[in-house]
Amino acid sequence: MADKKKETEEVTFTPTGTGIRTNGEIIRSTELPEPTDKKHDELGLSDDDVIDMYDQMYLQRRFEERAMQMYQKGKFGGFLHLYMGQEAISTGTAYALNDDDDIITAYRDHGWGLVRGVSPKEGMAELYGKETGCSNGKGGSMHFANIEEHFWGGYGIVGGHIPLGGGIAFANKYKQNGRVTACFLGDGAVPQGALHETMNMSQNWGLPCIYAVENNGYAMGTAVHRHSTGEIVDRADGFDMKKMVMNGMDVFTVYEKMKEIATDIRENSQPWFVEIRTYRYRGHSMSDPMKYRTKEELEEYEKLDPVERMKNYLLDEDIIDEDKVEEIKSSVEDTVMEAIEFAEESDYPEKEALYDHMFAEDDYPFHT
Amino acid sequence: MAELQFREAIRAAIDEEMAQDEDIFVMGEEVAEYDGAYKVTEGLLDKYGSKRMIDTPISELGFAGIGVGAAMNGLRPIVEFMTFNFAVLAADQIINHASKVKYMTGGQVNVPIVFRGPNASAGQLSATHSVSYDAMYAHFPGLKVIYTSEPADAKGLLKSAIRDDNPVLFMESEQMYGLKGEVPEEDDFTIPIGKAKVKREGGDVTVVAHGKMYHVATQAAQKLAKDGGVEVEIIDPRTVKPLDIETIVKSIKKTNRCVIVDEAHPFGGLAAEVGYLIQREAFDYLDAPVQRVTLPDTNAPFAKNLFDEWLPSPDQVIDAINTVTYRK
Repeated sequence: MADKKKETEEVTFTPTGTGIRTNGEIIRSTELPEPTDKKHDELGLSDDDVIDMYDQMYLQRRFEERAMQMYQKGKFGGFLHLYMGQEAISTGTAYALNDDDDIITAYRDHGWGLVRGVSPKEGMAELYGKETGCSNGKGGSMHFANIEEHFWGGYGIVGGHIPLGGGIAFANKYKQNGRVTACFLGDGAVPQGALHETMNMSQNWGLPCIYAVENNGYAMGTAVHRHSTGEIVDRADGFDMKKMVMNGMDVFTVYEKMKEIATDIRENSQPWFVEIRTYRYRGHSMSDPMKYRTKEELEEYEKLDPVERMKNYLLDEDIIDEDKVEEIKSSVEDTVMEAIEFAEESDYPEKEALYDHMFAEDDYPFHT
Repeated sequence: MAELQFREAIRAAIDEEMAQDEDIFVMGEEVAEYDGAYKVTEGLLDKYGSKRMIDTPISELGFAGIGVGAAMNGLRPIVEFMTFNFAVLAADQIINHASKVKYMTGGQVNVPIVFRGPNASAGQLSATHSVSYDAMYAHFPGLKVIYTSEPADAKGLLKSAIRDDNPVLFMESEQMYGLKGEVPEEDDFTIPIGKAKVKREGGDVTVVAHGKMYHVATQAAQKLAKDGGVEVEIIDPRTVKPLDIETIVKSIKKTNRCVIVDEAHPFGGLAAEVGYLIQREAFDYLDAPVQRVTLPDTNAPFAKNLFDEWLPSPDQVIDAINTVTYRK
């Protein structure tokens, strides 16, 4: 009988090298790759394009800042997961893909809705649970969708929507329509089996899909190095899948890389696994006291703010002046305030709407 | 009419529907090259090719979800599970996604998908391979659930399920795949979802039984008719959800007695639900409390003697009928 090894160290179930509390220090899978050094015109973007990009990014930011205020005032309930800090990803991707390419994401979905045809009014009304909302008040914050414009929605089960993204890509390949699907997930969804099952089938079947992790450093309150071993992007290696890590704080980088990837997929019908490193400025949801990270860390990332970065680019390159910036901001502010007014004045769904949208037919005999 | 095995009836339904709609495809473990774990899809790979007959890895969650996504994006998938016992891994996709996407998006998308495969026990396979899932899935709004007992019902209802624009769970039984029956051959033969059938007429007691239990009920009815002169009326709901309670109640108004036979555990199953509905809809017509014959509240055992004790038997059904007819 072999000698048993004597256990002298205290038993812990935290990753090697981390203490009981890491006090917010992010160790792995968060180093930001260099942003692209290309100017907008080198990327094929016009002055008007980049002004619009800024407009869209600022709209997402302001929409959520105001939504947060309305939530805090108790104007609506439910969860509210804010996207602030990650706007370069939605904006860069929407610009990189064709309008009929498909996008699907998790519950941090407001920015994605806004870049894919959910109007600020329809978005705000959905947060309020009004019948004029993009999902008729049936989905709320986590379930924005605009399927007509190929935004398949936000989904509230972590990792649950990943096979749906694969299935949307499957149907596109089946129909040979040339569309690319971009399936976004948070770093918290990376350890879900659904991702690994879907990646395996996607690579085996050559599905035209990008599985893109928006790694914002935290799965709710658990830092990425505490929930996932190794580097996230290396998950691709096990499936022999093409992979890339990119800077998610710079909209031009996201635009450039996603465009390259989409082009490759259209040519070769092979999936990609992409890790986009970013940061969320707010908590997981509104009830999050954010004790798992330091103020200093947040401030470091705020210096990299993608919205400010875009504004500074526009000013540095003399594309617009300060007056124009103020004009854009003020116009966005008006849009958002109108959206709030619209949401507040809209009606809640009729009582009968409880039974709408359950089945394709209108005469389903509901059980009582 | 043609005499077909259960598996042939299912295959005919799939084949006929695939022939008339290019958007229908079959996906699952062993469905293509192996010709189906139970030979249900035999020959369909040769006929339709690997675009429409797709072998998956053993990833129930993943391929169920890929099916749901494909259904959202315009296709009409038939997802085969080797058994619904394995599909518990796919339950998130069925319960949280297939049944809810339309509602959560305010009606923006339909999910026309069929999940099909064997349900419940298939002999001595112990605890994890023997569970009946029809009532569990029927619990969730947004899903239709079918569990048929005879080849003709299987063909007609599967064709309806494939044509339905909603998610439908279609349940079968390993032990019934070889069962033969007369099946209509016309391409347009369908049976509407949500309609029960009076399968045996009788005036003394109503027995409600579906799936494999229909055959257990039939054996009991035949024995009673021979031995004791009790005439049993058997109603096969065929569709578990939406449930055709009207046909059941109509029969009870005639017989005034009811036994429900269900190959599920007793708590919260179809027997419990039908029992509740009967007291609500036919209270004044009952001459005896409704009885049920179900599995016990235990897991499936392996040992032969324990398994025989566990599975509802014709004798248990006869006992229950004797109870409601006060013959014991």
